[in-house]
Amino acid sequence: MADLSVKHLLGIKNLTEQDLQTIFETADQFKAVINRSIKKVPSLRDITIANVFFENSTRTRLSFELAEKRLSADVINFSSASSSVKKGETLLDTVKNILSMKVDMVVMRHSSPGAPHFLAKHIDANIVNAGDGTHEHPTQALLDTYSIREKHGEVGGKKVVIIGDISHSRVALSNIFALQKLGAEVMICGPVTLLPKYISDLGVKVELDVRKALEWCDVANILRIQLERQKTKNFPSLREYSLYYGVNKKMLNALDKEITIMHPGPINRGIEITSDVADSEHSIILDQVENGVAIRMAVLFLLAQKR
Amino acid sequence: MAKLRLLNGKLIDIIISRLSKQLIENHGEFSDSVILGLQPKGIFLAERIKSRLLELSGVELPIGYIDTTFYRDDFRRRDSPLTPNSTNVPFIIEEKKVILIDDVLYTGRSVRAAISAMLAFGRPSKVELLTLIDRKYSRDLPIEANYVGKTVNTIQSQRVIVELVEQGFEEDNIWLVNQVK
Repeated sequence: MADLSVKHLLGIKNLTEQDLQTIFETADQFKAVINRSIKKVPSLRDITIANVFFENSTRTRLSFELAEKRLSADVINFSSASSSVKKGETLLDTVKNILSMKVDMVVMRHSSPGAPHFLAKHIDANIVNAGDGTHEHPTQALLDTYSIREKHGEVGGKKVVIIGDISHSRVALSNIFALQKLGAEVMICGPVTLLPKYISDLGVKVELDVRKALEWCDVANILRIQLERQKTKNFPSLREYSLYYGVNKKMLNALDKEITIMHPGPINRGIEITSDVADSEHSIILDQVENGVAIRMAVLFLLAQKR
Repeated sequence: MAKLRLLNGKLIDIIISRLSKQLIENHGEFSDSVILGLQPKGIFLAERIKSRLLELSGVELPIGYIDTTFYRDDFRRRDSPLTPNSTNVPFIIEEKKVILIDDVLYTGRSVRAAISAMLAFGRPSKVELLTLIDRKYSRDLPIEANYVGKTVNTIQSQRVIVELVEQGFEEDNIWLVNQVK
């Protein structure tokens, strides 16, 4: 039965493997829908969704909005920059006010880890976490693993390395949970100052040499350096980071196999990844974006059934 | 739980032949005609009709599968969650004569949803409905079938259960079951 074990999508951590498979199988059908000439279905025409973004976003917000519109939901958008949050309103008050306008689901991004969990305890609407600080970004992990499944047939047994700023990345944590639940082997790679101290407790391999990491893996998910979240200096300069951890074509050519290159965006070309890698035939970066809409349609569709 | 057999495999086969001949009578050369089976069980009947038409008239009709899940009006009003199946329509429906095929016609809501789903693939010139079982006097919408295998009078507490070999059953059977609440 296509049914999730949860009422909210707060993180990957509290999903089951069956939940992930249900989301993937539903997304398969939505991917077919968005590749037709008429890309819209009427499933959520009686649902109103608020996209509440307390932090900047381009890809995720557009992707959610498109997914909602293709499901025929009514959509309202809210960003903190132009709102009463600036006037001192609390998170709960802001969202309660939005819900008084009869909103059924809330898609929220917030800079504080746990903000959507807090909200889920206090309000009746279904919450979808679109990124909470450095904690989780569940739909990104879903679309990343879905893209691996699409490219390689299955996720189980694959070796996936996540390269870059692991400490400040919600994408990394959600990806680790999702990949492990699906049976993949996970390695993280980056400068020691950008790796969380006890990360190996999660059962992931830790590698400091990017060349060795690339030799080991089938898939490399390359993350951006999140300068906006770094309060102290973790490495001498971007140039030096790029020299030691930037993935370039030469490194890939030196491997005796082909690996799949992923990046959740936004890309800083020339820093963590060079243009010739990002645009190469091994890169599935733009497939990830396309799959993001199908995955988000599946998540919203399945959560709406829980209302 | 009382269980009454409505049709067995032999009768179903005879009915498939009769319905195919009725289609030949109405569609002649089958120019511009296409078959659309409704997921999940209508697709098996659609395949059977397609091969019977090939035997009887030598015409191989294009066939597609349509899933109504995303178009249903009882989404979120049902007790059990809906599971989507794949839609596969490998042709353009524009200006085609569409033969929709389903196993049981009951409230008419599935057929209404199927028509909406189908319109995402173009504007057909004509749409007909073929059903194996027509549960009379139970319609919620003004929808009737053009080709009917067997008409049965049922009440709401009864269920029609369709078992086909394509689903893994040993033989075809269609049952009428009184549900015990």
